[in-house]
Amino acid sequence: MSGTWMTTRAWLLMLPLLAIMVAVIGWPLVDTVRLSFTDAQLVGTAGNYVGFDNYAKMLTSSNFTRTLTTTTWFAVISVAAEMALGVLAALLLNQEFRGRAVLRGLMILPWALPTVVNATLWRLIYNPEYGALNAALTQLHIIDDYRSWLGEPGTALAALIVADCWKNFPLVALIALAALQAVPRDITAAALVDGAGPFNRFRFVILPYLAGPLMVALVLRTIEAFKVFDIIWVMTRGGPANSTRSLSILVYQEAFSFQRAGSGASLALIVTLLVTVLAVVYATLVKKTAGSAA
Amino acid sequence: MERKSPVFTAFIYVCAILLAAVILAPLAWLFVMSISPAADLAAKPLRWWPQTADFSRYAQLLSRAENSAGAAFTSSLRNSLEVAGMATLAAVVLAVPAGWAVSRTPSVGWSLSMVIATYMLPPVALSVPLYMGLSWLGLLNNVFGLALIYLTILAPFTTWLMKSGFDSIPREIEAAAMIDGAGLLQTWRIITLPLAAPVVATSALFAVLLAWDEFFYALLFTSDQRAKTLTVAIADLAGGRVSDYGLIATAGVLAALPPVLIGLVMQRALISGLTSGGVKG
Repeated sequence: MSGTWMTTRAWLLMLPLLAIMVAVIGWPLVDTVRLSFTDAQLVGTAGNYVGFDNYAKMLTSSNFTRTLTTTTWFAVISVAAEMALGVLAALLLNQEFRGRAVLRGLMILPWALPTVVNATLWRLIYNPEYGALNAALTQLHIIDDYRSWLGEPGTALAALIVADCWKNFPLVALIALAALQAVPRDITAAALVDGAGPFNRFRFVILPYLAGPLMVALVLRTIEAFKVFDIIWVMTRGGPANSTRSLSILVYQEAFSFQRAGSGASLALIVTLLVTVLAVVYATLVKKTAGSAA
Repeated sequence: MERKSPVFTAFIYVCAILLAAVILAPLAWLFVMSISPAADLAAKPLRWWPQTADFSRYAQLLSRAENSAGAAFTSSLRNSLEVAGMATLAAVVLAVPAGWAVSRTPSVGWSLSMVIATYMLPPVALSVPLYMGLSWLGLLNNVFGLALIYLTILAPFTTWLMKSGFDSIPREIEAAAMIDGAGLLQTWRIITLPLAAPVVATSALFAVLLAWDEFFYALLFTSDQRAKTLTVAIADLAGGRVSDYGLIATAGVLAALPPVLIGLVMQRALISGLTSGGVKG
């Protein structure tokens, strides 16, 4: 069979997928770009061309800077904690002990739990009047009075991060565990014979095997965390006093609550650009790590 | 070999118990809340274990009486099943030929890379035109419309999984069938698809999990019992004026059961699917 026919056939087989992708991703993205230069409303007026007004307005608003800071904090702290906890859990699960297979099986549970159910569960745990956290901490005499964990700007973001970490660190653990199991036994044994301590064995023998897969997990988790919407919407809706508002929630409010499609679209594209830059920087890092680890 | 001092062994077991407790405690509490009488949940100090197990909330949510919490819940359950089923079926139908094409003809692979790169796009970047488009088509608050939109998430992911699945099937087997005179469709039916069946099944399960979990588009594009999915129904309950927290917990348990069961049964396949991307770098 000739190469051109193979290529033509491949395109024909991909056509249905590509057609649908153009319809539900390509066209909406292009239309978002168009809308971002207009003052269109969500319902009704098609809007007039306003140039870069929307971008200028959004980028200079204090809402945007504040939300960007909140989102960055959320992403950095929750992803860092998930990576650290995930690697520690993987190191533990890589040891031999009774019940290891069962424990490894349990790790799939938080991952499988729907995000909205996870958010609802933690919202109930943090409940200011009847929540389990307040009850436990009071009964252990750690706090004297019940607190509104999600109702105080000082604790709401931290409470969200805990809920997000609980759901996502097991996935990092499973990825890290798969990588750990690829470390040849004789290498760790040799390092032990050579007198390497636990820290040096981790740093110089095990970490090179972990680096590649962990970088991929880091990239995917960071992008996810930067786009975060669901867990925050269900737990706090961005409150109290907008202290937990993420970029995605800000776009939702602008485009759908206030029905300002034009400025909402410009804000959405700013977020997209930020995520893309992040992803490209990370992808370069992944290539470097993969190169140096090999 | 590694020396195992008793202290080290004890340390490992303490850590293992701690990890198990961290994973299980919130889940166990969700279930306990669902079967605790409302008075126990509102008691101070909180009663951690119900005096009598009360399963009536499950019956309440699964009943279909008019205008009850059950009617809202069962309709959202049905909508979730319909949307997840239709979107998964469509995603697999699109993904099998496309995944095969990219696997056998790498020169077209860049188009799949582009499709997968859309994973970076936050849904908010597509949501406004999608809303206007669905509205124009009369597909707002409609399970078909929502299933169509879910392809933005499901199709790239399943195609990528299918492609790696086909990669592991040697093309020589297909070539042999074709030399014997089988056409493309016949080769697929007799050789490729039976060999790829486990991958197709894994991809489909992942797609179901993704669709079951989806919240953002469902929140935007559905507005009542005709199309609201479970995630939206639960968020409504959690944010609403329901005074019985046990009822919210019960809805959570019921919504979590299908994916958790899939997760436990399919553990091995899911873990290899989840980690393959990571290990391959």
